[in-house]
Amino acid sequence: MFSDYSMSELTAIFAMQGFAGLILFSVFVLMALGLAIIFGQMGVINMAHGEFMILGAYVTYLLSNFFEAYLPALFSIYFFIAMALAFVVSGALGMFVEWAMIRHLYKRPLDTLLATWGLSLILQQVYRSVFGAREVGVTIPDWMIGSLPLTDMIEIPINGIFVMVLAVGISVAVYVMMYRSRWGQQVRAINNNRVMADAVGINTAWTDRMTFAIGCGVAGVAGSAFTMIGSTGPTAGQLYIVDTFLVVVFGGAGSLLGTIASAFSISQAQSILEFFLSGSMAKVLTLLTVVGILMLRPQGLFAMKLRK
Amino acid sequence: MSENEKPKNYAGMSRRAVLAGGAALSASLFTPKFLRAQDFPTAEINTTGLAVTDDTVTIGILHSVTGTMAISETGSVQAEKLAIEQINAQGGILGRKIEYIQEDGASDWPTFAEKAKKLLVNDKVASVMGCWTSASRKAVLPVFEQYNGFLYYPTFYEGLEESPNVIYTGQEATQQIIAGLDWVNQTKGAKSFYLLGSDYIWPRTSNKIARKHIENFMDGCKVVGEEYYPLGHTQFNSVINKIRLKKPDVIYAIVVGGSNVAFYKQLKAAGIDMTKESPILLTISVTEDEIRGIGGENIEGAYACMKYFQSLDNPNNEAFVSAFKEMWGDDMVIGDVTQAAYLGPWLWKAAVEKAGSFDVDKVRAASPEIELTSAPEGYVKVHENHHLWSKTRVGRAQADGQYEVVYETADLVEPDPFPEGYQ
Repeated sequence: MFSDYSMSELTAIFAMQGFAGLILFSVFVLMALGLAIIFGQMGVINMAHGEFMILGAYVTYLLSNFFEAYLPALFSIYFFIAMALAFVVSGALGMFVEWAMIRHLYKRPLDTLLATWGLSLILQQVYRSVFGAREVGVTIPDWMIGSLPLTDMIEIPINGIFVMVLAVGISVAVYVMMYRSRWGQQVRAINNNRVMADAVGINTAWTDRMTFAIGCGVAGVAGSAFTMIGSTGPTAGQLYIVDTFLVVVFGGAGSLLGTIASAFSISQAQSILEFFLSGSMAKVLTLLTVVGILMLRPQGLFAMKLRK
Repeated sequence: MSENEKPKNYAGMSRRAVLAGGAALSASLFTPKFLRAQDFPTAEINTTGLAVTDDTVTIGILHSVTGTMAISETGSVQAEKLAIEQINAQGGILGRKIEYIQEDGASDWPTFAEKAKKLLVNDKVASVMGCWTSASRKAVLPVFEQYNGFLYYPTFYEGLEESPNVIYTGQEATQQIIAGLDWVNQTKGAKSFYLLGSDYIWPRTSNKIARKHIENFMDGCKVVGEEYYPLGHTQFNSVINKIRLKKPDVIYAIVVGGSNVAFYKQLKAAGIDMTKESPILLTISVTEDEIRGIGGENIEGAYACMKYFQSLDNPNNEAFVSAFKEMWGDDMVIGDVTQAAYLGPWLWKAAVEKAGSFDVDKVRAASPEIELTSAPEGYVKVHENHHLWSKTRVGRAQADGQYEVVYETADLVEPDPFPEGYQ
């Protein structure tokens, strides 16, 4: 299929395709980080993850309208404020949900699946009642739209670069929190042995609530960022949930490095296959490979070593 | 349904809305005679036990107002309610006010079938305005045929169907595809096409027809790529790179739902400026409704092939648009399917009055050749294959989310649900 094209054309396409893979990688990392915290560290199967993301998207939508109407001068930077607010709002909702629902289910981890699935349906209907069934359009500042021409033929999407930078930033932040802070130590201690952690004086209830809230907050930031590349509607969260679980489970629950490695391998496989095959076939092959590897290695790529 | 979508002024319809309804009426071929119920004894016009009383007739509205499809179907429900409201303001049908029972298909196809059965068997509705996706139509079809119901189906769809129990008020595939392809070939000189779609029956069948037409009926034209992405796919960077490599004159896109938004945003971000027309983007799946989600600035310059655009410049449409906004709010937009849904109650009214009866068999017999001069899209006529004769139009997307009409066929296009040479 390449014989018809000149060398420079091919170089350009491969460079852009490489970027496409990296962008997909960043999208996966952003989607999965919040869930990796909640599922990996707490064992809660949060089916409402997508809805927490969409909450962030709706916050961005509201803020874009607000800035357009009242503070047009600051419109070009509203997106950063929107992301911060998305973190706070989704995190606050997460905190409430943990208090009202999740904390009663820590001894029955599989029930969290049903409970959070119910929550996701409730949230979808709430969005539909509040914002209407139709998708809403989020206005993005001009400087974030369009592409950056590197050479005559290579063009890099600006929103892709933005998503990449954000993914790196949030990954580093999560890493520092989980592995370099006292709070992270406590989270991991609870994950290892809840009773013992309680006994040595860690406030497990509060730590759980904060962990869940931060996981949801990160999901909210991801949702806010995805208004640049995807749709914002009551059920848009469903578009992300399968890929998100795939990345987290494939990476090995509880391992941040695993999540990133798995996001990288799935995104590269998918983006390369999509280039050579049709979209549906690429998806089928990616899923088959993941299922195959998980059959050989059920604990995922990087499992956390635990004393049982 | 959200607060802002509730009818603003349901009982006391404002004077402007009544006037708008009256304007649509006076344009009607059926001169506005106020038929009196006592001239049509219930026993004579309803011999099959439908829900018809001396002063009311009950019909069903069956759309999804919850679930994924609520995004699309809300507009249809609104249009149907507007039409019913206007018909009632003019005195109803055979002197009887229309009442409706609304059921929610909940974006779930077995639910559609169940609710259809409920409407026909328990409620005995005289006709049903409903369904949106082909899957929901296929699910209710056996029910309508078994219990002899009568369905007005509003969506443009893939064709290959002709049921005695359905009137298709949207376009079948050839009406939407062929004229658009010919137009882009003749006026833009486009020769190579890249076909792209979401992976289900409508885009696949439509692209099959498009490919046959391009390869067999358009001189020197070829398809350089054809591919499908799963519903809900949100990453299009790879396919955009592929399109760059193949350099087609036209990207022929039939992407739907949430994928639609992702596709156009990423196309724009990848530096493909549709206003420059290299390549030209031609779609049959983006109406004004979808642009609200995509954002006008992301799709500006793309062409869409439809039969109706909100910006159509004719008195019928002006009356329709203002009545619609009056009832549902100024921020509403009206897409192709919404207009087709609006035709349903009017076509049914015309058929009932021609038949002088609510009996389904008589209404069916009366339906072919029914004309509507008051349609917002202009004159339409029911074909004996139960589809509509209508014009095909090409519009160009503007940054404000509206289409500017750049082409319309000179004559009505004949519906051809089983096109020969395209199978």
